[in-house]
Amino acid sequence: MKLPPFQTLIDRHADDVLRYLRASVGVVEAEDCFQETFLSALRAYPQLRDGRNLRGWVLTIAHNKALDAHRARSRRPVPVPEVDDRVGAEPESGPPDTRLWTAVRELPQKQRSAVYLRFAGDLDYATIGEAIGCSEVAARQNVRAGLATIRKGWPR
Amino acid sequence: MSEDRIAKLLSRAEAEGLVDVAYTDFDSPIGKLTVAATDRGLMRVVFDREDTDTALGEIADQVSPRVLESPARLDLVRRELEEYFEGRRQDFDLPLDWALVRSPFRRRVLQHTAGIPYGQLETYREVAVAAGNVKAVRATGGALGSNPIPVVVPCHRVVGSDGRLTGYAGGLDIKRFLLAHEGTGGTLF
Repeated sequence: MKLPPFQTLIDRHADDVLRYLRASVGVVEAEDCFQETFLSALRAYPQLRDGRNLRGWVLTIAHNKALDAHRARSRRPVPVPEVDDRVGAEPESGPPDTRLWTAVRELPQKQRSAVYLRFAGDLDYATIGEAIGCSEVAARQNVRAGLATIRKGWPR
Repeated sequence: MSEDRIAKLLSRAEAEGLVDVAYTDFDSPIGKLTVAATDRGLMRVVFDREDTDTALGEIADQVSPRVLESPARLDLVRRELEEYFEGRRQDFDLPLDWALVRSPFRRRVLQHTAGIPYGQLETYREVAVAAGNVKAVRATGGALGSNPIPVVVPCHRVVGSDGRLTGYAGGLDIKRFLLAHEGTGGTLF
């Protein structure tokens, strides 16, 4: 299997990975996740057997790093009373529509992942399925269900 | 993409030993040169008129796909080449990695060529003899034509037996330039 120089992955996909991570974990944690994503990818790269969907591959790694960050965050003790992390609570927040991404963040995990990968990562459903461990059809259903939930709760 | 972010990634990758092949490019009197090295030494010098993506792709394919743009690793290579072009250096003192030269004959040809002194010329026939096969003059030409480390391995110092400059990966103008630079170009056409 011919793999291009790793530098090509960085040049072509670093922006996408960062955009996806900012949407998924916020601008601050996105930086660490970005480093971990590309270091993990670099470690595994020579063993990669199929180089046809490198973008999907690296976004899948980013997705796993984002999940790790979510888990770490939920384990972290909260020293102050619960802050309202919904509208406007993250002044530095990267994605332009914070309210929308907050709504995404409140979805069940699989739907949330599917929605992020679809809209922040711009992946096709087959690749999303591989990333979150389900079929292409199920990936599509997760996105659809997630969007329906958001739409239902959206103020008119 | 912020350069700091990429620089940080690169320094962590270097610290973990994950950069198998480092490369960079810089301007020279013969146009942009791209140079690539492993921790064993310099393995590739790519001329401007060659396709850099193809050259780096071959390295990814034949050596390791962990190929990253890491200029600091090539500081010494760059400095020696700059000194050469400024006329302040006649011999390169760089470790070389021959991984891209698979055939033993080609390797013998190029390793002999690496030792042809500055300002001197040899013919293809002489190089063939030195590489152990007087009949392989044509194959010697092939080996020199596919020299992955031109300039540093001075295949430009090898000429036809009638003194003609035959082909050169960087183009005959560059071969002529290098020989003139070394003071041997005056009698050759």
